[in-house]
Amino acid sequence: MPELGRAALIVCLGLAVYAVVAGSIGARTRRRRLSESAENAILSSFAAALVASIVLLTALLRHDFSFTYVWQHTSRALPDAYVVSAFWGGQEGSLLLWLLILTGFSAVAVLLARRSARSLLDWTAPVLAGVILFFSFLLVAVASPFATQAAPSDGLGLNPSLQNPYMLAHPPMLYLGFVGLTIPFAFAMGALIARRADELWVVVTRRWTLVAWTFLGFGQLLGAHWAYVEVGWGGYFAWDPVENAALMPWLAATAFLHSVMIQEKRGMLKIWNVVLVIGAFALALFGTFLTRSGILSSIHSFTESSIGPWFLGFIAFVLAASLALVVSRLPLLRSKTRLESPVSREATFLYNNLLLVAFCLTILWGVAYPILTEALRGEPITVGPPYYNFFLKAFGLPLLVLMGIGPLIAWRRASLRGLGRTFAWPLGVALASGITLLALGARSSVPGLIGYTFCAFVLASIALEFVRGTRARHALSGGSWAGALAQLVGRNRRRYGGYVVHAAIVLLAIGVIGSSAYDTTREQRLRAGETMAVGGYRLTYRTTTTERAANALELRAVVDVERNGKHLGTMRPGKNRYFAEQQVSNEAAIRSDRANGEDLFLIAEQIAPNAVFLKVLVKPLVNLVWLAGLVFLAGSLIALWPDAREQRRLAVRYGRRDALARA
Amino acid sequence: MIELVLAAVLAAAVVVFVAIPFLRAQPPAPDVEPAEAALVAAEERDRALAELKELEFDHRTGKITDEDYRALVQPLRRRAAQTLANGGPLSKGTPQARAEQRFFERSGSSGRRDR
Repeated sequence: MPELGRAALIVCLGLAVYAVVAGSIGARTRRRRLSESAENAILSSFAAALVASIVLLTALLRHDFSFTYVWQHTSRALPDAYVVSAFWGGQEGSLLLWLLILTGFSAVAVLLARRSARSLLDWTAPVLAGVILFFSFLLVAVASPFATQAAPSDGLGLNPSLQNPYMLAHPPMLYLGFVGLTIPFAFAMGALIARRADELWVVVTRRWTLVAWTFLGFGQLLGAHWAYVEVGWGGYFAWDPVENAALMPWLAATAFLHSVMIQEKRGMLKIWNVVLVIGAFALALFGTFLTRSGILSSIHSFTESSIGPWFLGFIAFVLAASLALVVSRLPLLRSKTRLESPVSREATFLYNNLLLVAFCLTILWGVAYPILTEALRGEPITVGPPYYNFFLKAFGLPLLVLMGIGPLIAWRRASLRGLGRTFAWPLGVALASGITLLALGARSSVPGLIGYTFCAFVLASIALEFVRGTRARHALSGGSWAGALAQLVGRNRRRYGGYVVHAAIVLLAIGVIGSSAYDTTREQRLRAGETMAVGGYRLTYRTTTTERAANALELRAVVDVERNGKHLGTMRPGKNRYFAEQQVSNEAAIRSDRANGEDLFLIAEQIAPNAVFLKVLVKPLVNLVWLAGLVFLAGSLIALWPDAREQRRLAVRYGRRDALARA
Repeated sequence: MIELVLAAVLAAAVVVFVAIPFLRAQPPAPDVEPAEAALVAAEERDRALAELKELEFDHRTGKITDEDYRALVQPLRRRAAQTLANGGPLSKGTPQARAEQRFFERSGSSGRRDR
């Protein structure tokens, strides 16, 4: 079996080398047969990566410990679902997943572009193949998942923190996001190398960026929920470098998705957009480097390996080559139009971009600084949450306000009279909300109060957009109000899908503010029968139980919960002692109140047969964070859903009669 | 042994697939795509028309006052007419052409006449 896996990876590497060379020669000499052959090599590389992945998955499921990777990351006691997740639980497997997704996305991109952007593909294919080449080389020569050994009787097991259902979805989602950003990069580079002055690459990459951005965003929320329920410290985002690694490319892609609209509507910001696409891809590579190089010490980066220098070299090459290409194509990228007024839709998009990029660079500095200080001084200087939280407020609150302002301002310029009329309602709602919250006692956190007032402003402006748009659509076409709303959204899915995503961000902000600015925490040692009170709850510790599961010994403190004299149930926080891994994990107990979105979160810091040291957190509105994930997904799907009218328009513009016939 | 056979089959299959373009008797058909200058002109044309439609809708929704609308619409119409001349009229019968015609009818002017 390992020979087949190795052979498949070598075939994949060979195909990538061929696609780079043949594709480049084909594009340069306009020899279509060579170009098509290179594209076929990319399609075939997916088949090769798939064979290699099937070999590894089979070895994992068969507990074939003659594979070093299987021995290092699984055990016989590990439940089957987590045996599957061990595929991406270690460095070599996760690199193979990268390659599988990369070749899969590349194959889909090639097939789609053959129909609608044929001429762009000539130079895009070699760029895609270059990235495939790098990852297949790593897997063949540096970090092979098919290394073998004399088979031991059992494996070392999987990191207990990774033994959670969320780990089945969170890493693949992030990887789909990371890898997805390769496609926009390749098309942008392909267009630049081919000296294309038109914006076909923007049309192609916009949708791919949206796909990658959706996966990355939703993957991060899944990761946050995993941290919340599994890691057991009471939070969901700790500014861990690995969490930041996923956030940075997402912020860069968010900036691109906004600024690309200015390019489409006004023909501006072409250089900026190309730089954002390059930045997002480089940050995705940097994120993988952080996660998999072992340069950081966190639960995510539990492996150390020799891939780090290769990754750094590749990131440096990508940045140097792509930025040199941008500089050499500056005359092509210069805009003919200028910003007409600092008070216009495009200006708010520009401000939004500056804030997003500034926030992204701030996080990058926070991640890089400890690494740089360790490299230069020998010991790292840690950048903690206060640094990030400061900049989250400094950049996040203005971004929140801009989300409410942007949709209400007209393109080109807006007069003061028009602004006054447009903003009267949202400002009134925001003011009324702020005063009401003040009266209800929200003054305990000034940033929280400001944040909630801004949230009310944004929600009011989004609601106003839907109401006005539906009214206008109803006046135009008659029919029912629901039909008018459906028509409104259906005719401009990107815009109204975007507003739904904005609503998700507001929900996220409400949840984050509620659970961080207005939470309550208390710690207390309890003996059997003793009670503690916190945030309106009364908790009584009864006893400690011990159960033997397949792969761990489970100790649980039994705690009765009451509120206002009413028994709400029993909660069981505790610890798991994993046999194979020889590790102990915190198993938090969480009770969610669906009526008000509040969580009661119990952690058994220390546990004995008749005593427990409990940490209790009451987190108001935290469930809105998870609800935001669903709304985010809904908004992204609306924006992503194909629009036949737009496809016809693009087909006419780019002269693809066959595509027009199919649309 | 079976692994080596499978590996050889995989290698042979991809070689054949990669070689298919060279095995065809006829070279691949050239693309039917307009010249780059025409593409850029078509993009300008679409952009101008989209801006006009957006302005019209923003005016209907009350986002733009009558004064602002009057100040913005004339330059946009002139530009749209110019880009229609540069980028060429839209093919008759295409959805975009129909949408354009409806737009000019609704806004009380004629794209063809302006042009």
